[in-house]
Amino acid sequence: MNLTITEKILKEHSQVKNISPGDFLEADIDLIMVHEQLGGRIHKEYEKLGINYVWDPNKIFFILDHWVPAPTINAARMHQDCVKFAEKYKFVHNMGMNKGICHQVLPELGFSRPGMLIVGSDSHTTTYGAFNCLSTGIGATDVSVVFATGKLWFLVPETIKVNLIGRLNKGVMSKDFILTMIGEISTKGAIYKALEFHGKGSSWLSIDSRMTITNMVVEAGAKFGIFLPDEKLKLWLNYRTTQPYQFIEPDEKAEYEKELDYDLSKITPVVAKPSDPGNIATIEEVQDEEIDQAFLGSCTNGRMEDLRIAARILKGKKIPPKIRLIITPASQEIYLTAMKEGLIEIFMNAGAIFTHSTCGACIGGHLGVLGPGERCISSTNRNFIGRMGDPTAEIFLASPATVAASALKGKISDPREVL
Amino acid sequence: MEDIEGIIYILGDDINTDDIVPSYTLTMRDPNEMVKHVLEFIEPNFVQKFAKRSIIVGGHNFGTGSSREEAVNVFKILGIKAIIAKSFSRIYFRNLINNGIAAIKCNWDETTFSDGDQVQISIENGNIFNKSKDLNIPYKKLPQFLKEILESGGIINQLKLRLKSQ
Repeated sequence: MNLTITEKILKEHSQVKNISPGDFLEADIDLIMVHEQLGGRIHKEYEKLGINYVWDPNKIFFILDHWVPAPTINAARMHQDCVKFAEKYKFVHNMGMNKGICHQVLPELGFSRPGMLIVGSDSHTTTYGAFNCLSTGIGATDVSVVFATGKLWFLVPETIKVNLIGRLNKGVMSKDFILTMIGEISTKGAIYKALEFHGKGSSWLSIDSRMTITNMVVEAGAKFGIFLPDEKLKLWLNYRTTQPYQFIEPDEKAEYEKELDYDLSKITPVVAKPSDPGNIATIEEVQDEEIDQAFLGSCTNGRMEDLRIAARILKGKKIPPKIRLIITPASQEIYLTAMKEGLIEIFMNAGAIFTHSTCGACIGGHLGVLGPGERCISSTNRNFIGRMGDPTAEIFLASPATVAASALKGKISDPREVL
Repeated sequence: MEDIEGIIYILGDDINTDDIVPSYTLTMRDPNEMVKHVLEFIEPNFVQKFAKRSIIVGGHNFGTGSSREEAVNVFKILGIKAIIAKSFSRIYFRNLINNGIAAIKCNWDETTFSDGDQVQISIENGNIFNKSKDLNIPYKKLPQFLKEILESGGIINQLKLRLKSQ
């Protein structure tokens, strides 16, 4: 047959004989990730079913990350509801609130492996596609269906092939590529599609960089974003898991809805202006825009690669006193590594605030909420109105290098000038 | 399945889940409390203006953003039976159907719908009849599979029956 990776994995998980885009099928889920949504609507929906079991307590990955530790009484009560549910149904992989952000911790612990079908109660669940598996976000009722049956309905998506060639230049990051792509195809450009990343350009990207891309495919509306497997992935997996896995490659004559070509060496730093991730401007167009806060963190860009480039920019320098630079690592493991590498000292000497790992400021939850009229340059994924705090605040999305350079200069700045 | 009748409320393109339920309301324990904040940043006093209407007509990419199902639940609490849009974000589309709210993909312009029009939607025939304009607007019918979920009043009801019969 001539199948894309998405079609192969969905076929394997649903035992259908033939598969093509537009088909509805019911697929077996290998793993489901849930976070605070468990204490939001999920536990209420689940109790309606009147059953006292979950299909497989060993296939549920539960973590608290959005509001940890609880900044409000309501958040604390939400955590209590989550923990009660996890204990009642005897979840095996209960991560608590001291590990970090779901989309970083789950791969770190080797739970995302090639060929798997993973769903999660968070739209950025697409991140795990960097590990050659299919993963996507679902709502509370869908989570309840999976908890009860281990299965979920899917519409087989059409696949768009994204050919990457070339290498990113100094000071340009995979965030600049994915923002550029979203700007070109728009935030509705890939609704209900799978994006399959091919080409030599993909292999040159680090696993961290790939995760930023698959994390943000949902900002173009995509259902899945998936990378082809390679040696870099094998190395990562050897270090992270002892579980067996099999690389999934598309068939040579797989059918794609269309192809997009990008030369990574031609990508330059860009920024998504308020209040739409597809509202892209070149760094030159927004240079010198005033900011009050710079935020480096989140499931999109809070990894070692991101912290290292920021440290290179900030080492031995001081940010202007009027600027708040908040750095939140994507996991506590990253926190520890950054500590061992001396990065935290560099950040603190530069005048940054370094926090524990949490979704925190990205969702306007805590640790960096914006006030009226404030402007923030942020390495996160969404710049919607009110996303990080007051609805009159403005958010500019950018790469970690651009965030660090902007913090240093006190206004939106080109990272290539300070590296 | 019975037709859905009601008065429409028109919204624009890219209505996102943070618009519908701002993040800061997500830890509120009482959904009725959350409802007071629906669309407050982009459509002030929406709840009062919406009043007894029951159908939303939106533009492209309706429900883009997060997987938070609160963004569907608040509309359910407000009595919304259907959302007609030029296109839906994937997760939002699923969440609507799973909660028994008809998600209808249909191209439209100002000659098709005006705010406050009275419409009748036939899920069976794939047609919207705009009574105020005496106009039929056909759309591509929902697949049988999704119609069945809607008819059950949502996927939880459907699953309950399935679990009972096992």
